[in-house]
Amino acid sequence: MAVDAARATEGSPRRGALRFLSRFSWRRPGVKTFGQISVPVAAFLFVYVAALAALLIQGFWTTDSFTGKVIHSWNLDNFRAIADDPYPTIILRTLVMASAVTITCMLLAFPYAYFLVRIAGRRLRIALLVATVLPLWVSYLVRVYSWRLILNPDGALNWFLNGLGLPDQNIAYTNTAMWVVFTYIWFPFMVLPVYAALERVPYSYIEASADLGGHGFTTLRRVILPLAVPGLAAGSIFTFSLTLGDYIAPSLVGGPGSSLIGTVVFESLGLANNAPFAAAFAMVPLGIMAVYLLLMKRLGAFESL
Amino acid sequence: MKRNRFGYVALVALATALAVPAAGVSKGSAVPTSVGAGEGKLTLIAWEGYTEKQWVAPFEKATGCKVSAKYAGSSNDMFNLMTSGGGGQYDMVSASGDASLRLIYSGAVAEVNVGLIPAYKDFFKAFQSPATNTVDGKHYGVSLQFGPNLLLYNTAKEKKPTSWSAIYDAKNKGKITIPDNPIQIADAALYLSKIKPSLGITDPFELTKPQLAAAVALLKQQRPLVKKYWGLASDQIDLFKNGGSTLGASWPYQYSQLVAAKAKVGTVIPKEGVTGWLDTWMLSSKAKHPNCAYKWMQYISTPKPQAQQATSYGETPVNKKACAIMNTLVKGSCAQLSANAPESYYRSIKFWKTPIADCGNGKKNCTDLRAWTTAWQQIKG
Repeated sequence: MAVDAARATEGSPRRGALRFLSRFSWRRPGVKTFGQISVPVAAFLFVYVAALAALLIQGFWTTDSFTGKVIHSWNLDNFRAIADDPYPTIILRTLVMASAVTITCMLLAFPYAYFLVRIAGRRLRIALLVATVLPLWVSYLVRVYSWRLILNPDGALNWFLNGLGLPDQNIAYTNTAMWVVFTYIWFPFMVLPVYAALERVPYSYIEASADLGGHGFTTLRRVILPLAVPGLAAGSIFTFSLTLGDYIAPSLVGGPGSSLIGTVVFESLGLANNAPFAAAFAMVPLGIMAVYLLLMKRLGAFESL
Repeated sequence: MKRNRFGYVALVALATALAVPAAGVSKGSAVPTSVGAGEGKLTLIAWEGYTEKQWVAPFEKATGCKVSAKYAGSSNDMFNLMTSGGGGQYDMVSASGDASLRLIYSGAVAEVNVGLIPAYKDFFKAFQSPATNTVDGKHYGVSLQFGPNLLLYNTAKEKKPTSWSAIYDAKNKGKITIPDNPIQIADAALYLSKIKPSLGITDPFELTKPQLAAAVALLKQQRPLVKKYWGLASDQIDLFKNGGSTLGASWPYQYSQLVAAKAKVGTVIPKEGVTGWLDTWMLSSKAKHPNCAYKWMQYISTPKPQAQQATSYGETPVNKKACAIMNTLVKGSCAQLSANAPESYYRSIKFWKTPIADCGNGKKNCTDLRAWTTAWQQIKG
């Protein structure tokens, strides 16, 4: 019956080539599927996979340091150079920074998202959600610059501290400043998946926990938190990977000794004209993320994306 | 055998090259002897602020060459834009000294007949054939504007420094701002060439490995003292305004901006001397609008646009007749930007050059820009 109906709607108004195509694909479902997905698959292959492959291949080449022309001789020098003096420190610093930012975002985002889901009324919730994503509509640069104004020695932070009778802080242009700014910028990327995960926890679970004698803290620890883990993990993928690749915040709010992986890639391309080394170095965050994604997959992060 | 065949090919190529008529401005590599009618268009790669309407509009009106400019973010950007895609998209580039030699040696820019630029004879002698744009007596473009890298200080909080030692002195910890650019190594090398003559540094842009290592060691010592390696001039301006920094390596641009903002600052040419940058309008070897390009070089070298650009951007013109016009545009700007200094002052500035392996002694034992960039990353940590 369903087949008949499909035939009636599919066949009649079409003519010529289109009709032939229609019949042909009807008889061969494989062709039909291919026709439907080939464009997105091709786009994926050409845009994503090809770009990554080109990146990897370039890492094995070198450039003439004077004319900047790429020399197509295969070697591992670029990958070996990653172990040279400043780079291991920079990679380690980036990892520590990304972890610190991720953990801070988690600690801040969980109670905030919990408040949004369970405590805030409908209007307040919408207002707060809009306020959370609002900064994303403002240029990244403006947001980073606004933090420079806050952290400057005569900026808003010191004005506020002095008002409370506290001494000046001096964190402008340090790694601490970078940590604060990263946490602020990536915060929405953590809140949203955690919010989504918490919203999915049925209220009956909490009631059931209470019926079984679980106190507030026990319910939080044994019911809500485990169910929020996929959301936290999904958010951490964003905060971690975004920190891993950023080079603007280090240059704007960082000080001496604030170079991150992104800085090295940017300088290799922008100053030294050494695209092959930049490509090889870009493999480092790619490798780190691959490991990280595998870990997060185990925590169920992809259910919450 | 192989060599013979190569010789034959070269001979044919040479004969073909000679057979191409070299009349007027042609698209070939031959140096023109006259400037023909404009092509109606001119495409430029420029630093932001180098193609302002106030001096571009009169040029377009007078020559009919419509100017379209693309701003480059860095010297490397300029180099890549001029060499990628065959380099035929752009007619000219306002290259700085850290890119110009690379452009010349890679064949991206063509020799220019300065005899066709009437205002050229009014240039300060130091900028008629500077090493950044003139190789073996051949000119690859016309010098445009320059600026020294000065020592900037807060006049209210610091005593007037006389030596670059101020920015290497541990007692100035947390007050110092330094440009975030590998070429800054040359500033350290210049200082070392005076305080440690035993290193044998004669040109701060031509450093052997041990000389580079000495400069790097000095800069690594300096790192804990540095408040900020600034990437943008506005970073340093901010830091001087709000008191975070009171000493720094800087440009006249920041000084004039800070003075305009009523900040208490002064600049010094320390006794060790200074480095500086010199920009050149260079002509692409594949320029599609060479006549308009020559008309542009003729125009931009004349006193009025020279003065306009100098006062607008805060740099020094290479045409000595620009001084009087500068003072009519902004009172006192000629002296403030040292546009009327004695020739010896211009000669004393060590202008940016691309560090290359070949430093003229035939040994190719100098460190190149890549080595400098890696060293700079080590310094910053």
